[in-house]
Amino acid sequence: MELYSLTVSEIARKIKEKEITIKEVLDSVYNRIENVEEKVSAYVTLTKEQAYNRATKLQERLDNGEDIGIMGGVPIAIKDNICTNGIKTTCSSKMLENFVPFYDATVIEKLENAGAIIIGKTNMDEFAMGSSTENSAIKKTKNPWDLERVPGGSSGGSAAAVACDIAPCALGTDTGGSIRQPASFCNVVGLKPTYGLVSRYGVVAYASSLDQVGPLTKSVEDAAILLNVIAGKDEKDTTSADIPKKDYLKSIKDDIKGKKIGVPTEFISDGINEDVKKAYEENLNTLKELGAEIIEIKLDYAKYSLPTYYIIATAEASSNLGRYDGIRYGHRAKDFSSLDELYVKSRTEGFGDEVKRRIMLGTYVLSSGYYDAYYKRGQKVRTLIIDDFKKAFEKCDVIAIPTTPNTSFKFGEKTSNPLEMYLEDIYTVPVNIAGLPGISVPGGFDKNGMPIGMQFISKAFDEENLLQVAYTFEKNTGFNMKKPNV
Amino acid sequence: MSVSREEVQKIAELSKLQFSENELEKFTKDLSNIVDFADKLAKLDVEGVKPTAHILDIQNVFKEDNVKPSYKREEILKNAPSAQGGCISVPKVVE
Repeated sequence: MELYSLTVSEIARKIKEKEITIKEVLDSVYNRIENVEEKVSAYVTLTKEQAYNRATKLQERLDNGEDIGIMGGVPIAIKDNICTNGIKTTCSSKMLENFVPFYDATVIEKLENAGAIIIGKTNMDEFAMGSSTENSAIKKTKNPWDLERVPGGSSGGSAAAVACDIAPCALGTDTGGSIRQPASFCNVVGLKPTYGLVSRYGVVAYASSLDQVGPLTKSVEDAAILLNVIAGKDEKDTTSADIPKKDYLKSIKDDIKGKKIGVPTEFISDGINEDVKKAYEENLNTLKELGAEIIEIKLDYAKYSLPTYYIIATAEASSNLGRYDGIRYGHRAKDFSSLDELYVKSRTEGFGDEVKRRIMLGTYVLSSGYYDAYYKRGQKVRTLIIDDFKKAFEKCDVIAIPTTPNTSFKFGEKTSNPLEMYLEDIYTVPVNIAGLPGISVPGGFDKNGMPIGMQFISKAFDEENLLQVAYTFEKNTGFNMKKPNV
Repeated sequence: MSVSREEVQKIAELSKLQFSENELEKFTKDLSNIVDFADKLAKLDVEGVKPTAHILDIQNVFKEDNVKPSYKREEILKNAPSAQGGCISVPKVVE
């Protein structure tokens, strides 16, 4: 077995036990990148030199008998909207194509303290706005399972990289499904933690009340390891929650006897692909056979999540993206005759169409005359959706729904009508609206051999239950073991 | 169209964005479609429902007002499109 195909837990253990060196791991992964990256285009930037320098230092410390952390020597890819000190952070936008942060995001600091090695930054939809990574201004990332198809988005580069073994694990961000949906399209595990569990400091803001950082991995156990590393209160992020530190690896138990799994049948009856539906039903049966109790639940307002999302997320985006004015950093237009023209030209040249569309929609719903009808109403419906979930969790421990209504689609298939692309997020968006944790685990394949995701959702800050159900499902189905041929 | 071309033009100005005639047409169509979609919420009864800004039960978060080292000026200025004399340079705004 090649080193590049190992999981985080395997690599960390082998390095710790001196079975392999950190350099050997990096050699294996970078060699793999050399062979595969050309076809997949998952990376925006590779950080080979820094990675090897860091590997030498970590190996020295290890050889001196030091503990180098639970991810000691493990390579990781980082979505390009997470700030990395001295490494370009572009958000796959022309606006930030030359932006080099002078500080690390808190999650990066935490990863480095745990011994991880950053091997590159991954492609994404510009400013994390999109569901296919086609909105990247830099390159087109392909789905390793079929190079004619999209990897999903917005963390498409991270998902594709993990899927074809050019990164053992990656970080992504999830505002409306941007970790779980590409994980589902690429047959990897994608975890969106509870809002507030992971610091957003140094993460380029899209919609601040919804954004959350999380891992994309080859196994649920690896997701637990990464969550152990990145979770925790951060005084630099006032919305990070002050809750006691937990060891999520304790949830890695093959046991769901007596767990109550909620199924919102009505919510998932419309517009779902036949193959996805079939896989989902089979998966529910598997859970039942493993001793879980399947309980029918109602999520009456979940179907209003998408319009609510596109009001709240764009409103927050229009405000967050106001900072890109061509003055302090980012793209500045060359020709202008006044300050106002500098703003307008810099923004018009720097942003792509989808980003402009969302800024415009957000400005619209916040403008006087429409604020009450859209934004305020959206916030109220958000309350109704949260209450829906609260009621559901009185009856069950974890909710199971498909991650997406369809599997990966072909390039260009959904780009002409933005609304059609938005509908792909129908099953992931409610989770962000309610701030809950959700995980997508490989859950089967459609008739074309494209991956299908199985999504689990739990109460806020109940990642333990979530991971335990996800782990048991993974262990007893093994869909995550199947790899694409690239 | 639920959003007029004039409205789109006005929103563009508020957003500090500029569009060509063709783009204006396309954005008017796109925004109208999305706004129609958002209008699904109009039929819901939200009387007496409290709006949610975010899910955490926190209000103001204060910390001690301690002086701490900040980032280096020259590091920050490296990302400025134009800088001189330790400052970001901008076009003249006062004649």
